[in-house]
Amino acid sequence: MTTTPRPSRLDPEPMPRRDFLGLASIWAAAAAGLFAIVGMARLPKAAVLASPSRKFRVTLPASLAEGEPFIPPGRSVALFKDAGGVYAISTLCTHLGCIVKPAGGGFDCPCHGSRFAADGTVVKGPAPTALAWHRVTVSGDTCVVDEDSVVPAGTRVSA
Amino acid sequence: MIVTERPPDHPTPGAPPEPPPGDGLARFLENVRALPGAIRHTALRTGGLPTTDRTRSNYVFGNVFLHLHAVRTHRWSLRWSTTMGLGIAAIGAFLITLITGVLLMFYYKPYPDVAYLSMKDIHFVVPTGRYIRNIHRWAGNVMVVAVLLHMARAFYTASYRAPREFNWLIGMGLLVVTLGLSFTGYLLPWDQLAFWAITIGANIAQSPREITDALGITETFDPGGFQRLLLLGSDQVGDEALIRFYLLHVMILPLALLALVSVHFWRIRKDGGLAKPADVDARLGPPREPIQPVFTEAPTKTYNLAAVVRGRTSAVGQAPENTVPSMPHLFYAEVAVFMLTIALCLGLALVWDAPLKELANPAVPENPAKAPWYFLGLQELVAYSAFMGGIGIPTIVLIGLGLIPYLDRETDGTGVWFGGPGGSRLVAQAVVVGFGAALAVEVVAINFGWIREWYQDVPQLVITFVNPGTVLTAIYAVYSLWLIRRHNSTRAGALGLFTCFLCGFILLTIVGTHFRGPNWDFYWSPSQWPGGH
Repeated sequence: MTTTPRPSRLDPEPMPRRDFLGLASIWAAAAAGLFAIVGMARLPKAAVLASPSRKFRVTLPASLAEGEPFIPPGRSVALFKDAGGVYAISTLCTHLGCIVKPAGGGFDCPCHGSRFAADGTVVKGPAPTALAWHRVTVSGDTCVVDEDSVVPAGTRVSA
Repeated sequence: MIVTERPPDHPTPGAPPEPPPGDGLARFLENVRALPGAIRHTALRTGGLPTTDRTRSNYVFGNVFLHLHAVRTHRWSLRWSTTMGLGIAAIGAFLITLITGVLLMFYYKPYPDVAYLSMKDIHFVVPTGRYIRNIHRWAGNVMVVAVLLHMARAFYTASYRAPREFNWLIGMGLLVVTLGLSFTGYLLPWDQLAFWAITIGANIAQSPREITDALGITETFDPGGFQRLLLLGSDQVGDEALIRFYLLHVMILPLALLALVSVHFWRIRKDGGLAKPADVDARLGPPREPIQPVFTEAPTKTYNLAAVVRGRTSAVGQAPENTVPSMPHLFYAEVAVFMLTIALCLGLALVWDAPLKELANPAVPENPAKAPWYFLGLQELVAYSAFMGGIGIPTIVLIGLGLIPYLDRETDGTGVWFGGPGGSRLVAQAVVVGFGAALAVEVVAINFGWIREWYQDVPQLVITFVNPGTVLTAIYAVYSLWLIRRHNSTRAGALGLFTCFLCGFILLTIVGTHFRGPNWDFYWSPSQWPGGH
């Protein structure tokens, strides 16, 4: 049986007690500071977005020709009607959020010159993706369009 | 005028004055009579304009606003070609925006539509409102120009070198904050210009989605959406966005700017004043008037302090030769630059009104929607790829500029315009390359379009990484590397790169400002724009 020799008072401690306490308080203060910063940084990221619902009801004009866009006033969506049914294409440019204008069987963006085909695919310019298609539900000649939804391109709905 | 250092009735500083003879009432009246002089003396301590070198020194370090300066200034720093006063012009313009901005806050209301009406009030109803707003607007523009030119000056005179590397980084921070101040201010009027600039700006913040969408990871990792949400406080540009930009414009960014400016100025002192060439004394020649010795007795305390300070300060190892008292030489020069800056802003504000378009309309974008002029170069790049033009290339440029002082460890040419291997000939060549490459890339892109027009189905990532902006950046980088090899000097490469970026910035800004019309199409003149513009 071996006995470990009792350490001498003069031997250096593995870590001096004062250093340990000092380091511990520094790290505790750092952790508290970090926690406080995270808490403060959390504030500016809104948890609730106070924006109005972007789902709306609209009646298509009876005279709407096939492939002719109908843009409800104040909305950034173009509604179309063809043999397959009704469909809605967003008019928000996927580049930097300008409102595209239907022109020449497609869409033109006024801000940076992107051009989209009739189905929303990019033909020209800086837009990275095609225009979004929104979900439409139809009852009679009334449609409900949800601008927050995205459906696969080509989705048409008939009454 | 004879100037005394202290009123004659103060024999020793700090000691109470001798009571004048006579009764209490007479003493009281005597003190009342001496009031103006006594108050001025306690406030200024120096009493009038200084006449000796000793009182000139006292004048500087006895004043909290002036003691930022050294009491003596090197003659090199006072030559107008050394700085052209650009830093002082920048801070002068900032002070003007500070004062006029606070005045505008009396009437401005940061709420959509109401904001626009309050701008109309400021423009048409508030006494001097239109002029104050014009001054604010022009001072902001002058500040941007002055900061850019000041940076170019610091670069071309190689003033970023040791021990000033970190101050160059602080300066880059100031450039970013200045542009941020300008951009956030652009949005406050809530007119069409403002609304569509904020929309485009917020979507540029969101543009990392261009990459994450292409990789299909936006669902799990969406830094772009997070940035946009943080900036707008909502998913739409509305009241939350306006109050955030207002907060940034009047509080966060000015405070950041003041903090950075304080460090910037303090470091100038600590880094030994302005950068000077090694052979500065030979270049300057003998002073026109003999320079008085600064200290009439052997320096004690100051010297001891300086002796224990590590590194290079303005005083260590340098005699006062070729320095002159800061009061009046430096201060009069600074006041002159201040006055010129004020005159410039007031003059511009008299002639040109700050724009105010119609009320913001989320349904109808401006066509063309143009950012402030100094962002139109970026807008030109954004029109090729939102992420690369708006975030990628600016970040590359900022990192590249920030690293220059740490990569260029040479000493040749410090403090001299276009100093370093190659010199002004290299800069002239780089101007040709910079403009030429930018022009060539623009001509190709404007005449023949870009990859998407040639191959419909090209993946977005290809366009993000190969577009006119990145091609131009790559050309500049290759040219700069070639310069490093040819001249066997990092400084040569830095000179070329900085000059190229400057020329590219100027050319793209000109194209964006004058040659882009509706749908961002190219037009030789606005008179060719279609429709009722």
